[in-house]
Amino acid sequence: MSLLEIRDLHVAYSTSAGPVPAVRGVDLDVERGQVVGLAGESGCGKSTIAGAILRLLPKETKVEGQILLDGEDILTMTWGRLRAVRWEESSIIFQGAMHGLDPVKRVGEQIAEAILIHDPKVTEKEALTRAGELVEQVKLPARRTQDYPHELSGGQKQRIMIAMALACDPKLVIADEPTSALDVMVQAQVLDLLEDLQRDLGLSMIFITHDLSVLVGVCDRISVMYAGKIVEEGSADAVFETPKHPYTRALSSAFPEIGDERYRLLPTGLGGDPPDPMDIPSGCSFHPRCVDVFAPCPSTEPVLYDAGEGRRAACLLLDGAERAAGEG
Amino acid sequence: MPTEPFDQEPVFPEPAMADQGHALDVKHRSPRQITWARRRRALTRFWKQFRENRLGTAGLFVLSLFVLVAICAPLIAPRSATTEVTATAKDQPILAPPGHHCPQSYIQNVQDPNTGEYHTIEKPCLASEEQFYPLGTDGAGRSLFALLVWGARISLLVGLVATIMAMLIGSGIGIAAGFYGGWVDVALSRLTDWFLVIPWIALAIVLASVLGQSLFNIIMVVAVTSWAVTARLVRAQALTVATRPYVERARALGASNWHIITRHVLPNLFPIIFANTILTVALSILAESTLSFLGLGDPMSVSWGTILEQAQGAGATTGGQWWWVMTPGVAITAVVLAFTMCGFAVEEITNPRLRRR
Amino acid sequence: MSERPPVVTGAPPEQEGKTPLLEIRAVKVGFRGRQGLIAGLAGKQTAVAQAVDGVNLTVAPGEIVALAGESGCGKTTLARTIMGLQRPQEGQILIDGMPIGTKTHDLRAYRKRVQLVFQDPAAALNPRQTIYESVAEGLRVHKVGGDEEELVSAALSKAGLRPPERFFLLYPHEVSGGQRQRVVIAGALALEPDLLVADEPVSALDASVRGEILRLLLKLRDELGLAIIVVTHDLGLAWMIASRVAVMYLGRIVEIAPAEKILREPKHPYTQALLSVVREKKGLERIVLSGEPPDPTRIPPGCRFHPRCQLIASGEAARLGIEERCRGEDLGLLEASPGHFVACHAIG
Repeated sequence: MSLLEIRDLHVAYSTSAGPVPAVRGVDLDVERGQVVGLAGESGCGKSTIAGAILRLLPKETKVEGQILLDGEDILTMTWGRLRAVRWEESSIIFQGAMHGLDPVKRVGEQIAEAILIHDPKVTEKEALTRAGELVEQVKLPARRTQDYPHELSGGQKQRIMIAMALACDPKLVIADEPTSALDVMVQAQVLDLLEDLQRDLGLSMIFITHDLSVLVGVCDRISVMYAGKIVEEGSADAVFETPKHPYTRALSSAFPEIGDERYRLLPTGLGGDPPDPMDIPSGCSFHPRCVDVFAPCPSTEPVLYDAGEGRRAACLLLDGAERAAGEG
Repeated sequence: MPTEPFDQEPVFPEPAMADQGHALDVKHRSPRQITWARRRRALTRFWKQFRENRLGTAGLFVLSLFVLVAICAPLIAPRSATTEVTATAKDQPILAPPGHHCPQSYIQNVQDPNTGEYHTIEKPCLASEEQFYPLGTDGAGRSLFALLVWGARISLLVGLVATIMAMLIGSGIGIAAGFYGGWVDVALSRLTDWFLVIPWIALAIVLASVLGQSLFNIIMVVAVTSWAVTARLVRAQALTVATRPYVERARALGASNWHIITRHVLPNLFPIIFANTILTVALSILAESTLSFLGLGDPMSVSWGTILEQAQGAGATTGGQWWWVMTPGVAITAVVLAFTMCGFAVEEITNPRLRRR
Repeated sequence: MSERPPVVTGAPPEQEGKTPLLEIRAVKVGFRGRQGLIAGLAGKQTAVAQAVDGVNLTVAPGEIVALAGESGCGKTTLARTIMGLQRPQEGQILIDGMPIGTKTHDLRAYRKRVQLVFQDPAAALNPRQTIYESVAEGLRVHKVGGDEEELVSAALSKAGLRPPERFFLLYPHEVSGGQRQRVVIAGALALEPDLLVADEPVSALDASVRGEILRLLLKLRDELGLAIIVVTHDLGLAWMIASRVAVMYLGRIVEIAPAEKILREPKHPYTQALLSVVREKKGLERIVLSGEPPDPTRIPPGCRFHPRCQLIASGEAARLGIEERCRGEDLGLLEASPGHFVACHAIG
C-alpha cells in the first residue's frame, strides 16, 4: 500500500463569481521513501493539491475524491485526528516560506512551537533542545536558533523552514516551490540538503515546482500538471529526456541544456498564457497553445494514455492507433 | 510563481475581462476619447457599487436632504424669522415648545433663590400669536425651525470650505514629503507632527482670539487644525506609490518630477484623498459647532453651534427647554453621522483590502 | 600595494579600436548605510556597501551582452547606473564616446537612446493607465512630434502586438503576462532607442511564455539593430540569446567572453561552479560552493572570491603556487585567450 494515494481529486474554490475548478480529477501515488515531483505553472493546481492533502484550503472550498494517507482518508477525518496528522504524519514547506517566519520571534522558538503544539507533555526546554538538533540537521550551527528571521539570509531561512517541517518526524514532506526564490548556488545547496535528508530519514516527498530541470535530479517520478489535470507522468529521467506530451516538451525547452546547439539563439516558447481556471478551453485544455494540434483536439478530452514503461500522457496523438481504428 | 494581486492600492473598480471592447466603437473615436469613455464607465461602476452599500446610501440620502434644505433656505423659512426678536418685558418668558400654538402655558423648572430647591411652575407663553412652531422657539422667540434651516447653510459651508482648504494643504504637504523624501520629508513631517500633537481646541482658541471672530476666520481655524491628519495619510500613500516600479519606469523614460506627480502619484492618491475628505467634512462641522459653542464663532451669523451656545447661556439645558438644545444637537449628529457613513462606504469601495469577501 | 592593472574593457578583438556604443569605465557605486543622528554626530561611519567596485565594459551596436551573477553581485545596480537612475561615485559612462551627464536635463537626451525593460511587467505598468497611455508616455515626456497614434501603433507592432488598435483601450490586467511584457517593451521602443537594458526580462513570467519574449528580443536585435544588455541570474537564458556573457561577483566582472566560449569552457572558478550546479549542464563535475556571497560591506582582501574558491579549498591553488597571491593580491581582468578575459591568478 502506498503511503499516499490520491484518487480522483476534484477541488473547486468558491468565489463571488462562482466555483473555480482548480483540480479536475487527479490521481497520484507516493510510495514510502519515494520522491514524486509535481511540475506545472501558475494556475495548474499543484499548490492546491498540496493544500488539499492537509486540508488547509479555505472552508468553502469543495473537495471531492479520496486522499488516503497511510490508509486513512484525510477528507473524512475528524478534526482531532486531522490535527494530529498535520505535521506528525505529513508536513508542508510552503511557497514563499521565507516570509512565513514570525519576524518578532527567534527562529528556535518557532520551531519549538511546532513541537509543543503536538506534544503537550514536552517541556519548553526540551523542545528548544530538539529545535537545536533539527537546525544542525539542516547544516546550520545550533546557535542559530537564537537568531531572529531578519538576521538570516534567504538560504538560511529556507533551511529553518525545512527544519520546522521535520520537527515532528513526519513520513511525508510536501515541498511547495522550496527553491524558487533562491540563487542558483543556494538552490543547489538546499537541494543537496533535501536529498541528504530524504535519504537519511527515509522520507517520502512531494516536490512541487515549475522548473523541470530541478526535479530531474531530485525526484524518482514526475507528474506534469496543466489546467487542473495531470498531463504526463513517468520516471523522472524518462519524462525529462523524452517527453511525450507537447506541454512537457515546451516546459523542458524553457530551461534548455547549456551547450545544446539546438537552443543557441533559438529560444522556444508557447504563445498565450496558462489558462484561467474560470475559462478552461474545451476538449484538450492545451489545444490553443499546442504545436501538434490536430482535428479532434478541440472537442475531445484526452485521458492518460499508455506511453511506454510506466509512463502515461494525456495526448490524443498517443491514442492515434485506437482512434483511427475506432473511426474507421 | 504565485500570482499576487498586483495592485494593493485603492482603485476605482475596473471592468471584468468579459467587458473587453464592449460597445466602444474603436474606429470612430480617438484614443483619448476612448480613455475618457472608460473613465466614465469606471465612475458609473463606482456609483453602482456605492448604491449597493446600504450604509452609504442612507448617509447620502440624509446628506442630500440637509444640503437641499440649506440651499433652499429662503424658500423654506423667511430670513426675518431668524433675526426678528419678539420683544417683551424682561422677565416674560417667551419660549414655546415644539408644535406649540401660542398663546399657551408651559412648565418650567425654576430654582428658588432662597432655598436652592428646584420646583416646577406654570408659565404663560407670550410668543407670537397664531404661529405654529414645529420645533419650538428659542429664548428670543425665534422659530427654531427657521434657525435650523439657516444655520445649516453656515455649518455646511464652513465644514466644506474648511475641509477643502485642509485637503489642499494636507495633500500638498503629504505628497511633497512622501515623494521627495530627504530633508524635505524631515522638515514637513516634523511640521505635521507639531500640528497633530497640539491640542486643537487650545490652538483654535488662540487663533480665534488673535484673528478675531468672523466666519472666514472660523474657516481658517478649522482648516489649520485639521490638515495634519490628511498630510500624514497622504504622505504614507505617496511613499508607497513613489517606490512603485511604474514610477521608476517613468523616470527611466525621462519624466520630470512634476510629470510623475501629476500623472502617476496623484491619480493613485485620489481615492484615498476622496474618502478622507468626506470623513474630514464631518469632523470640520463638528469642529465648527464646538468653536461656536465656545463663543468663538461669528456673532452675526447663525449656525448650529451658536444656537447651542445661546441655549447654554440661557440655561436651557437645566431649565427644561430640551427642544432648544436637542434641535441643533440632533442636526449636528445626523449630518456628521451621514458624512461618516458615506465616507466609510467610499473607503470600502476604493480600498479592496477593507472589503468583506 | 602593487600597481593598478591596466584597464581592460573586455571587448572582443574585432571591436578594439572602434568606438563602442556604450562604454563603462571604472564605474564604482557604493551605498552608505543609514545611521542615527547621535551616532553620526559621534563621528561613527557606517560601512559602505560597494555594490559596484570598478567595472569596465563596452557594448557594440547590435550586441547582446548578458550580465550574469547571483543576487548581491551588483548587476542590478550596474544596470540602473547605466540607465542613469543611479549616480556612480567614480568612473564614467560614455555613449558614442561622449560622457553622459549627471543633471536631469543632460540625461533626457540620453534616455531617448537607452531604455529599460523591467523585471515585473505587472508592476511596471500603471494599472490605471490604458496600454495606449503607457506606451505613449515616453513620447509625451520627450514631446516627440508626429502622429502619436501612429507612433504608438508602430511600437506595439514592433513588439509583436498585432493588430495594435485592439490593445489601445485595454488595461494591463486585461492582457496576459507575456503581452504585458511586450507592452513594456513597446513603451521602450516608442522612443527608438539604440540600447535596451533588460533587467530579468522573463523571470516574472511563466516558464512556457519566456521563449516568446526572448525571441522578440532577438528579433529586435536583428531587425532594428538594437544592442541589449540582459541582466539575469539564469545562465540558460544567456545561452539562448547572448553574444557575450559577463559574470559578476561582488561588484566586479570576474569573467567575460563570447557566450559559446564562456558557457562551454568557463575559466574562472566561480563560473565553473555556477555552471556545474545548473542542472541543465552535464559533463562538469558538480561543485557546490559553501556559504553565501559575503556582504558588499566586507569585501575580502586579495581576490574577492578566494574565501569560497574551490581551487584553494582543494589545494590546487597551493599546487600552482598562487595561493599567496590569491589571498593578498587584488586583480583585474586578464586575457586568457583572444576575447576571453578572466580575473583569476590561475591564468597565465
